[in-house]
Amino acid sequence: MPVALVGFADPVLDAQACFRAVLDAMARPGSIHQVGGTLVAPASLCPAAAAVVLALVDGETSIFIDPAFADAADWVRFHCGVAPTPDASVAAFVLAPDLPDLRSLSCGSDEGPEDSATVIVQVAALGEGAVYTMMGPGLQYPRTFRATGLPVDFVARWAENHKLFPRGIDLILCAGDRLAALPRSLSITGG
Amino acid sequence: MAYVAVKGGERAIDNAHAWLAEERRGDLGISAIGLAQITEQLGRSVDRVMAEGSVYDTDLAALAIKQSQGDLIEAAFLLRAYRTTLPRFAIAEPVDTANMLIRRRISAVYKDLPGGQILGPTYDYTHRLLDFALAAGTVPPPAAEAIAPEAAMPRVADILGQEGLIEAHTDDGREPGDLTREPLRFPATRDVRLQALARGDEGFLLAMGYSTQRGYGGSHPFVGELRVGDCNIEITPPEIGFAIDIGDVMLTECALVNQFAGSKTVPPQFTSGYGLTFGHAERKAMGMALVDRAMRAEELGEDANAPAQNIEFMLYHSDNIEATGFVEHLKLPHYVDFQSELETIRRMRAETGQ
Amino acid sequence: MAVLARAKLAQITALVADVAPLPSHVVLRGPENGLVMLRGRAGGAGGRFNLGEMTVTRCTVRNADGYVGHAYIQGREKPLAALAAALDAALQDPARHDGLQTAVITPLANAQAAARAAIARRAAATKVDFFTLSTMRS
Repeated sequence: MPVALVGFADPVLDAQACFRAVLDAMARPGSIHQVGGTLVAPASLCPAAAAVVLALVDGETSIFIDPAFADAADWVRFHCGVAPTPDASVAAFVLAPDLPDLRSLSCGSDEGPEDSATVIVQVAALGEGAVYTMMGPGLQYPRTFRATGLPVDFVARWAENHKLFPRGIDLILCAGDRLAALPRSLSITGG
Repeated sequence: MAYVAVKGGERAIDNAHAWLAEERRGDLGISAIGLAQITEQLGRSVDRVMAEGSVYDTDLAALAIKQSQGDLIEAAFLLRAYRTTLPRFAIAEPVDTANMLIRRRISAVYKDLPGGQILGPTYDYTHRLLDFALAAGTVPPPAAEAIAPEAAMPRVADILGQEGLIEAHTDDGREPGDLTREPLRFPATRDVRLQALARGDEGFLLAMGYSTQRGYGGSHPFVGELRVGDCNIEITPPEIGFAIDIGDVMLTECALVNQFAGSKTVPPQFTSGYGLTFGHAERKAMGMALVDRAMRAEELGEDANAPAQNIEFMLYHSDNIEATGFVEHLKLPHYVDFQSELETIRRMRAETGQ
Repeated sequence: MAVLARAKLAQITALVADVAPLPSHVVLRGPENGLVMLRGRAGGAGGRFNLGEMTVTRCTVRNADGYVGHAYIQGREKPLAALAAALDAALQDPARHDGLQTAVITPLANAQAAARAAIARRAAATKVDFFTLSTMRS
């Protein structure tokens, strides 16, 4: 099996830094964080998405990789020690080039809401483009965030997901070496 | 139960640890014990620490034994703590005990079983007389050797199984539960029970196994087979895509053969209790097999009134690390709890005019 | 891989010293310590159960000739895993394979087989030869 690329330069500290960024992004929805700047990622993946995968996925999780990122499959298999699953509906992580149908993914149970999927979506840009307004835990007042690359019906689709709370999907949006997170607890308007 | 934060004592603790370190080293006029000496010369202690610490690594176990001054439960605790710092790379294929490199293999049910009775390095026929020559440091003569036959040494359970005289064991393909990842839930299935017993306290398993022989959950077992030897470990890392052999572990396996009357759907046949443990640990493997069989009472339609047959009781009390934690926590400050009890007693005494 | 996983670092180093130097390499991952969960089967042949873990060190390198070598080795010895991965990479090069196989792998495999055979011979010496009383009388 060809393994062309190295992973994090410092597997422990870089993974910790990325984990911290994801944690902060989830705690402060819509805030933008830099990760994976020095990472040499597979061609189709942006550094931020690649860093999140390296930091969060291991042999005891499962990941579905969209066919658009087929070139990253071997890299994930090697660095994360996990064979990607062909079935997105059972995956703990979903790596996608655009927003998948959230209803087709695992949204957890009322008893185990943590069993839901986390979707890592690679978008065109963060901090510019369509304007969304968010409300929810982590935000004292409604707050806006901007992203390019989410579908036109994103707000309606998100509302369906939000309605499931405490079940539901969490999103990590990645563009270049930046990421932002939209946890399931948010209500989102605008677009 | 309430605890109250108590500050202070740092200096006392530091000084206590310093004294502990000095005491552990002992008389400086006597050479310090090396880890290699522990792994080579205290192998059974190393094996017990690996089994109850649930990590197979002879060097780490030796260090833990040295660090704990030979307190084997403390050593197992150190190993359990260390393992939490390591990532899990893979899950191995099940060990193939039928093909182990045999060091010892005996059966109490077949005298002339294929492959024969191999005594191996056993204490069974020693006279338990203290050997003062050992204290004097005499070097033993080399062990005898004989031509090793090529013939296989099939497991006794497999021999009985060919005739259908013992219950069939089949793998239903179900992914086994893992106590290191999910909390214990009841009813606990046999896979989870065996994992708990494999890391369980040897003394507990011995005592509870003994209780079944003494009439508390009467079962009448034979040692179908006890074997000790080395098994190779295979994993299939996803990036390699095929099974690779990564080393050997020494294991002790005990298969008990028990009577079973049969039922409406099952013809009369033998049933089994199973023990498998790290290292050379016959007492542990046999205790495990006895209580494994005892915990199957309900499944096999037997009365289940004895302590060893009570799955919840057994699994809640088999782990010596958990037991140590809960017993020894009583040493923590309970000043506030006790004050409230004291006041209650004084009030009650005052009320009754005593 | 099985042979290298059972070898001592000093053994391999001594044998490698006698062959052409291994190509330089970059480390793709590790060497890093971790665990592998070992499993048994209920009754020896039935359903699987988790027996306990063992320490493992792994390493992956890509050498200057472009070959990627892996090592997963029992224990916690990082230099051993790194050397085994470098050898695994070099062994995939047809130009080096036979030389390394002869000079490094075969001697190690022979030593390991001899050690196993010595255990088997000691075990055989403790095999019980039963004789019955009637045999003694005859």
